Amino acid sequence: MWYRVRAVKGTAQQKFLKSSTVEAVAAFGFLAPNFIGFLLFTSLPVFASLALSFVSWDLFSPPRFVGFENFVRLLQDSLFWKYCWNTIYLMLAIPISMAGSLALAVALNQKLKGIVFFRTIYFLPTICSGVAIYMLWRLLYNADFGLFNLTITKIGEIFHLPLKGPNWLTDEAWAKPALIIMNVWGTVGGYNMILYLAALQGVPQDLYEAAAIDGANSWQKFWNVTWPQISPTTFFIATMSIIGGFQSGFDPAFIMTGGGPNGSTTTIIYYIFNNAFQWHHMGYAAAIAWILFLIIFLFTLVKWKVFGRAVYYY
Amino acid sequence: MKHEATIEEIKRQVRIRSDAKKLLAYSFLATGAVAMAAPFFWMITTSLKEPGAIFSYQRAWWEDWIPLQFVWQNYVAAWKAVPFARFYMNSLFVSLCVTAGQVVTSALAAYAFARLEFPGRDKIFFGYLATMMVPGAVTMIPVFILLRSLGWIDTYKGVILPGVFTAYGTFLLRQFFLTLPKDLEDAAKIDGCSYFGIFWRIVLPLSKPALATLTTFTFMGSWLNFMWPLIVLNTHEKFTLPVGLSYFQSLHHTDWSYLMAGSLMMILPILVVFIFTQRYFVEGIKLTGIKG
Repeated sequence: MWYRVRAVKGTAQQKFLKSSTVEAVAAFGFLAPNFIGFLLFTSLPVFASLALSFVSWDLFSPPRFVGFENFVRLLQDSLFWKYCWNTIYLMLAIPISMAGSLALAVALNQKLKGIVFFRTIYFLPTICSGVAIYMLWRLLYNADFGLFNLTITKIGEIFHLPLKGPNWLTDEAWAKPALIIMNVWGTVGGYNMILYLAALQGVPQDLYEAAAIDGANSWQKFWNVTWPQISPTTFFIATMSIIGGFQSGFDPAFIMTGGGPNGSTTTIIYYIFNNAFQWHHMGYAAAIAWILFLIIFLFTLVKWKVFGRAVYYY
Repeated sequence: MKHEATIEEIKRQVRIRSDAKKLLAYSFLATGAVAMAAPFFWMITTSLKEPGAIFSYQRAWWEDWIPLQFVWQNYVAAWKAVPFARFYMNSLFVSLCVTAGQVVTSALAAYAFARLEFPGRDKIFFGYLATMMVPGAVTMIPVFILLRSLGWIDTYKGVILPGVFTAYGTFLLRQFFLTLPKDLEDAAKIDGCSYFGIFWRIVLPLSKPALATLTTFTFMGSWLNFMWPLIVLNTHEKFTLPVGLSYFQSLHHTDWSYLMAGSLMMILPILVVFIFTQRYFVEGIKLTGIKG
């Protein structure tokens, strides 16, 4: 009888082998459309851009290998450092906007009527963001008849003061604050507010009841219950915003200021765009892009080392 | 008796305090709403003003907010100044293609990653994850060079294809597929259902919320995308709406009434879509932001 058992075993094994092969073939069928595109437009370009960062190429004459020259030049490029500073300066919008989002979410969480109405209004800039909104804000910031300066002049008239608004977008000192104000307006009621609202609704009610029994007032309840409980959300939003912040700033600057005045609103990504697509310094642009990647990578690494466990997870 | 009175008194105080809190919340929210809405109102007003009227200084303050007469002609003029209808169609075509391509290929790949066994699966998936941290600026330049060597610059496929295959969509759907109960699929397998049958008849119908989220976000992202079409497209007739609007601004740099009319025309359709789909937005945001 033993040979029979073996035979049965054999077919079972064959069957098993066959079915796992079928599964693998099916799997590659499912994967192929995405994987080929992913290789072509994401995965291989990552390596290609690393290779590009070691050449000098203007797209027309043949590329020339230059070793680390692009990176050395980059470190000595005072414009690059200036644009790094601009990028970081503009990220001031992140904490301001987050505080605003949280305040709005707390107010919306008071079980009021008309939440959907408010939520819709606050979400409008997120929906409409883009070129149309930047054009609108270019008008609002107009020195002579923009909403901001008309309001400032009007307030001056009421209090008999000679108030005059700044030349928002054409004054080097005001261009960055102007973009920050616009950014806060645009993001304060968007994704972050909705994430905060969801987080607030997830805080267990009995914690508040326990705090109330201990005689905590609203302020104490917020700092000792709400704030630690929603800290994972705060952490998530801050991380995503900062990673996004390093890569942002092209669209508004391109539409509103053209990167000026005097480069004061040019960010890293704008500099990459200019190098690659205006001046055709492909290798140099790739080098800047890799430095940007490195900055983001280091930020993520430091974040995990320093803050990895400093949040309250429930 | 006295006791009851005290309880009543406490209840009244609590009520007053909670009413005061609500009033505070309402006034805060209302102030915020005015600040949010004022720029949009200004936009509408400007778009209806006589071109050049915003330069005039002899006017009452409320004329800044409500024009004396509504100049609907601005919209007609803006519509005719550049091929807006064409920009609309271009944007719609590009966004629909990107969204359809993204959702279909991501769902297929996500199913393979979530449910099928094949050699190298985890390594490939790790490769997908690793690229999610790479900034778009890194791949932008080689992809441009690739398109250029294929002769795809200034074509729709050059705008569409690089936006289709993202690690993000595959990752999002894979995470969702993993949460689905496996029993149904096992039952279907025993009944002799093919892998595609399982995917099509069981996994997809159960994943509507995740698919709706990916669809909305991809469409929005593509509709608002400015930089990539700006890089790829040269011919005015091929411009998507954001690039077209920017081109419009370069032609009429200070014709504010026209510019605002054009901007509003860009915003309106997306506004209508949003009002009908805002539930998906809110759910989708919660879905994507759960991981801390």
